[in-house]
Amino acid sequence: MTFRNPYRAGLAALALAMLAATSAFADEPVVNKGDNAWMLTSSVLVLLMTIPGLALFYGGLVRTKNMLSVLAHVFYTVCIVTVVWMIYGYSLTFTGGSPFIGGFSKLFLAGVTPDSKAATFSAGVNISELVYMCFQLTFAAITPALIVGAFAERMRFAAVALFIPLWVTFIYFPIAHMVWYWAGPDAIVEAAKVVAAATDEAAKTAAQAKLDEVMADAGQIFLWGAIDFAGGTVVHINAGIAALVGALIVGKRIGFGKELMPPHSLTQTMIGASLLWVGWFGFNAGSNLEATGVAALAMANSFVATAGAALSWMFAEWIVKGKPSLLGAVSGAVAGLVAVTPASGFAGPMGALVLGLIAGVVCLIFVSAVKNALGYDDSLDVFGVHCIGGIIGALGTGILVSPALGGTGIFDYVAGKVADYDFTTQMIAQGKAVLTTLVWSGVGSAILYKVVDLIVGLRATPEAEREGLDLADHGERAYNF
Amino acid sequence: MKMVTAIIKPFKVDEVRDALTAIGVHGMTATEVKGYGRQKGHTEIYRGTEYAVSFLPKVKIEIAVPTAQVDKVIETVIAAAKTGQIGDGKIFIFGIDQAIRIRTGESDDAAL
Repeated sequence: MTFRNPYRAGLAALALAMLAATSAFADEPVVNKGDNAWMLTSSVLVLLMTIPGLALFYGGLVRTKNMLSVLAHVFYTVCIVTVVWMIYGYSLTFTGGSPFIGGFSKLFLAGVTPDSKAATFSAGVNISELVYMCFQLTFAAITPALIVGAFAERMRFAAVALFIPLWVTFIYFPIAHMVWYWAGPDAIVEAAKVVAAATDEAAKTAAQAKLDEVMADAGQIFLWGAIDFAGGTVVHINAGIAALVGALIVGKRIGFGKELMPPHSLTQTMIGASLLWVGWFGFNAGSNLEATGVAALAMANSFVATAGAALSWMFAEWIVKGKPSLLGAVSGAVAGLVAVTPASGFAGPMGALVLGLIAGVVCLIFVSAVKNALGYDDSLDVFGVHCIGGIIGALGTGILVSPALGGTGIFDYVAGKVADYDFTTQMIAQGKAVLTTLVWSGVGSAILYKVVDLIVGLRATPEAEREGLDLADHGERAYNF
Repeated sequence: MKMVTAIIKPFKVDEVRDALTAIGVHGMTATEVKGYGRQKGHTEIYRGTEYAVSFLPKVKIEIAVPTAQVDKVIETVIAAAKTGQIGDGKIFIFGIDQAIRIRTGESDDAAL
């Protein structure tokens, strides 16, 4: 989701504009019905990832007595974030203001109507702002839902109910704003035209100042030049580090390391992982915001990286542990999807395959060797899969975007062409994005967990935990045989 | 009267039932149970974490028979349930003080 895509009007439009010299006010951007249809579809595909995809993926991994509580956490998260998003989340994330957080100009969706438009990555092409708002909503909903896997089987529902809206407000909205908010290609191209059309020195200086202002109207991480196509930093690193902090603060489950805590239904985990894969095409290819060839590239990458990671995890486990496991294959698939997320519209398919193969093995090492060595109880491996996979993806994107490696390069809207690729510059920008997210989300989440602990208490009572959160929190069971 | 309690491998239940029916045993109770003996357990691995599963699934069948029939029943169960592998199970015999059929009130051998 950053600048991409061929500037279709190209130099011809620029020349025309100069000839006309009527400066900034060229054609109104148009909403293409095909793009709109694709974004409507993508939005519901991303919802499918969360419910029931993620809910089943996680639910299958816990014990029978906590199945319903995990389903409830995920379903609740979708609902509360939807309401918060429409009231103030969209405004805080996707309006200008500061490079760190947006403003309140679209509070209660003020001015967001069937006629209002949102920018895509092509000048002159818009989509309906309402579908853009809904698409972004589904991202805001799945990110905190990922976190609940870390403290599953022991955190009170009341604590989850309070933590989720606080977390999106203070962690997700700012990070999403910093990574994804920008003025859009139309504003940049228009301002660049004015600069090109300026005839005297004074007009040129004024126009350049205006262009600089437009270019500066973006989030801080975006301004550093970090690229994140579909949310490797915003979604996965962000949720993954909040998950690790949560697992550490909430503490280990009673009996962790002593009692058996095997997954209660790998059937449901497999169904959930498969729904995640299907929905992820909306997530990655939808992040292109237009039904173009780059959306198809994101689709191809989301196929091949996922399959590669599933295979590398499974074969690595086969070699090390003696048996190829289904849980390994589906966990690898999710790790591959996570890793390819930031790269999906930038890398070439072979680059994506390599990324997937690496992610599968590295995430396996983290969820088995590293987790066991450090002894933290991240129940469903949110940190090992999402944060580590996200970091591999974020850094890998900086490498694989290189046209020399089959990547697309990064489009420069002012110059109207793909910018020169510089490894060091790009990797520094990617590294800064990763570190900013780790620190912001890590520290911020720690504070929020403590606040929630003071207000309602994070941890279920030992009796409730032994009985299972289904009965203790919700008064119902997942299964009545 | 004796109660023959046999702990056997789950996939042997139908064979044992058929063999007992053939020698004229007309009823039994089966329960899914977990346990371990010399077979011990096995290891399961989830995301690289190994779990030692020491209790294995077995089926416990309980057959109440007239004392005269006990040896025949034991022989039959052994023949049907045996695979020769470790974990085939065990048979325990208890005495029965009384037996009553609820529907008719018949007692002892007539109730079996």
